[in-house]
Parts: sequence; structure tokens; C-alpha cells
Amino acid sequence: MAARPDSEDIAMDDAPTSHQPEVKDDTMVDDAGEDVEEEEDYEEEEEEEEVQRVKLLPGSTETAASFEFSNEGHTLGNALRYVIMRNPEVEFCAYAIPHPSEAKMNVRIQTFEGTTAIEALEKGLRDIQELCDVVTDKFVAAADDFEKKKAATA
Amino acid sequence: MPHKPPTKEELEKRKIVGVNLETVTDVSSTDFPGHYPGEDHAWDIERFKRGFSVEFHQNDPHEASFSLIGIDASIANAFRRIMIADVPTLAIENVFVWNNTSVIQDEVLAHRLGLIPFTGGREGLTDFLKWYRKPANGDPAECKDFNTVALELNVKCEHNENADPNETDPTKLYHHAHVYAKDIVFKPIGRQVDYFSGEDIIRPVNPDILIAKLRPGQEINVQMHMHKGVGSDHAKFSPVATASYRIMPTITITQPILGRDAEKFQRCFPKGVIGLEKVTAEEAAQKGSGYEGHEGELKAVVVDPKSDTVSREALRHEEFKDKVKLGRRRDHFIYLVESTGQWKSDAIFLESVSHLKAKAKALEKQLVNMVR
Repeated sequence: MAARPDSEDIAMDDAPTSHQPEVKDDTMVDDAGEDVEEEEDYEEEEEEEEVQRVKLLPGSTETAASFEFSNEGHTLGNALRYVIMRNPEVEFCAYAIPHPSEAKMNVRIQTFEGTTAIEALEKGLRDIQELCDVVTDKFVAAADDFEKKKAATA
Repeated sequence: MPHKPPTKEELEKRKIVGVNLETVTDVSSTDFPGHYPGEDHAWDIERFKRGFSVEFHQNDPHEASFSLIGIDASIANAFRRIMIADVPTLAIENVFVWNNTSVIQDEVLAHRLGLIPFTGGREGLTDFLKWYRKPANGDPAECKDFNTVALELNVKCEHNENADPNETDPTKLYHHAHVYAKDIVFKPIGRQVDYFSGEDIIRPVNPDILIAKLRPGQEINVQMHMHKGVGSDHAKFSPVATASYRIMPTITITQPILGRDAEKFQRCFPKGVIGLEKVTAEEAAQKGSGYEGHEGELKAVVVDPKSDTVSREALRHEEFKDKVKLGRRRDHFIYLVESTGQWKSDAIFLESVSHLKAKAKALEKQLVNMVR
């Protein structure tokens, strides 16, 4: 690897030894706080108190960053990798599941100058949403057409 | 050197995965910016819209088949995975055994009950019913009308006094010798009557699923709680029996295959894939077509490549060497979705799309949070 004198990488001993959360079981605390909530809240708001599921991994710079997604897998990982790779501002994108028994998925994004890795990831997530809208529209239209044709021939 | 835009043939060729006798070629997609110098492959929703289409082959409540054309494998696979593992359904999660004197052990019985697919009013299942949150250790269960569906199964096997003395069939000799899914009774709580009554009642998809066999004196008395769950937690929550896709096969006949060879060629493929047509006078008159002097003979033509299994049998025979090319269309996915009955098959796919969208939306929000 080429030496980078102005590297923004953090020093070895500053980096955590593991990507496991340092505060053990912070989810437990959240749950305990929620128990106080009223029952209506439970019913109305099925989404739990949002836990931060996206993390920037140490060693990341503006244009070259690794993200850690908790509770995501190949389903989102590969789809996200694909749309991010379709971004011409992105030099490199890949995803990995470092260990099968940890529910974690990492995405590495390196961009050219002019944009940032975070922007590229955000655009990727937006692109997926747009794509889903198109798929839904076309699918519903095709299903309706098929129903009509079937009714016409019957 | 100025860049030449790709021709139509070139663009078509890029979509084909080659399936050869011993090898496969051009397996990965190449539609990324920078892959072909001078070409624009940036993601563009309008371009995607123009190139994407959906085609239905079958659309029944329990089975749907359709093609998504013009989409990448990574996205198609995400939909498939979500259909299997992330679309929520209602299934039996807890079984309270009051009495079970049958030969089926309690835990085996509970497992069997869990796997029975149930259905009911769609509105109640999607909108009214919410996730059940498992209480922390030691806390009492929070079973409410909006997160739990209660069922009961209470059957006792007894002698049938009216049975013929020479009868040997247990189902005639005894009452309730067989316990079926239809013996399970839905016990509505609270507002559930508004959503699950009449034809919307919570019921097994197939009433004739055999749960246990009893003999006189044996009985099963259990209460059950159903909760919403997802297939990634337990397969009983998966809304589909199978959700899979095949990639569209392509068969290209590059040189004429005639006469007896054509018939043999037809037999190399599943029924209906290859057709036989007579060589026309026009074709026979055409120089260099390979049909000269063969007017009236049979030639092999590709009729229905979709039904092909890509067995590569045709490639094993010397007489078809260099006359046929097999492949697959990288961006054409033929889905087969078989519902277990709680959802309509096409609704499962739509749900998978909206699930992926919701996922991306939630993570976009999280990303903004992270930056803040």
C-alpha cells in the first residue's frame, strides 16, 4: 500500500479491538425505559425507539468510508452495493458480512473527489426507494392487464 | 479514438450468459459506469423505467408466475429473499396443553400445530394486528386483541355406539379418531369480532390437515396463541411455500438443422420448446442460407425457450456442433411464488417491494441521524 503522509487513518491503538458495541446491552436499557409508556403508545406506535443501526467505522475519510449496518444481511447488502456501483462518482463499492453469527453487514464506499462516501450511500438508499416505486407501479399495471385479458378470453 | 456507441446487437449480446458444453461465460453484469469507456451507465430512474417491464404468466391466489425484465440480479434476489424471510404472517406461537393423552408428545403436537397455515380477513391481518413484543424475563405476557389471536382445540375420542359390529375402519368405529385442522376453533377477543367474522374468520387454509390420531379414551385439549412473525425467525411464519426465480433461457440456432436431425434436436429439449416447420420455397431459393435444395423438409425452430430447462443435451451430439448456442438472459427473471394461503401470491411480491423501500427509507433516516 502506498504511504500516505497526510493519512487521516486513526492510530492503531486508538482503534477499538472489536466492532462489538462497547456499552454492553444498551438495548436492555431502552426496553426498560419503554415499559413506562402507555398501552396506547404500544398500540399506535409499533416501531420501537430507534436504535442507531448505521455506524461509520474507524479509519474512514470523507471519500473512503466503511459503514456498519446492524441487523442487515445479503438482502439489502447486495442490492445497495449494486445501486451504489451504478453511481459514476463512486470508484469502489463492496459489501461484506464479516462473520455469519454476528448480525452485521459492512459496506465500503470509495468515491472520486467532488462527493463523499456518505452522500453516495444516501443516494444509493434513495435510488432503491425510487426503483421500488417503479417496480410496484409496473407490477400492479401488469397484474391488472393480465386480469383484463383473462376476463376477455373467458 | 472517438467512442463508437454500441449497436443494438452488441447491447443484446451483453445481456446473454453463455451456457456451453463444459463452461459458462459472461456471468456478471457489466452495466456499471466505467466498464465500457465512453458509455454512460449511471443509474437513471427514467432509463430504468423505460427498460423495465413485468409480464404475468399466471396469477392465482395460491400460485403466481411472472417475469421481471430489465432488472439486476441483486435487486431480483432481494425481492425473493424478502418474500421468503421478511413478509410477516400470523402463526401459532404458543400452545398451552391442558390435557394430551394422545400418542403424540406435547412438544411434537405443538410443533405440528405451529406449522399449520391459517388465513383470515386481510384488513385485520395487515392493519389491525400488530407485532407481539415478547415480555422481558419474569414479566407477565401482554396478550391483547391487537397482538394475539386465541384458538382452541378440544377433542375427545369415543366409541361410536351405532357402528357396525364388523366394522374395522377406525374413523367409523370411533368419533374423532382423526383430529383435523378444521377442529381448531377461533376464540375472538375484544375488537377481533369486527375484523374476523363471517368469511373473514381466522381458519386453517386447508381444513383437512391431519393433526393427530386418537383411540377411545384419548383426548387433546389445548389452547393456542397466534402472533405475527417473520420467516427469518421460523419457517412457519414464511408466507410462501416456495418463492424462486429462473433466468430466461435462450436458444439460438445458428445453422439450419434439418430432417431426421431436426426431430432428434427436438427430442433434446422439453416438450414444446422446439417446433418443426417445413422449409419454404423462398428459403430454399436463398443462396447461402443453408436451405438450398431442402424445400419441403422439416427444420427445427425455437418456439418456447421459456420452458427449456437448459439441460445442454443438444450440445452432447456431434451433429449439432456449432449449430446451436444456449444461454440465458441475465436481466429476465421468471418468478414462481406459491403462497401458503394467508396472502395472495401477487400481494406477497408487492409487499416485498414495499418492504425493501421501507428498509431503505428507514436507513436513510438513520444515516442522516448518524451524520448529525
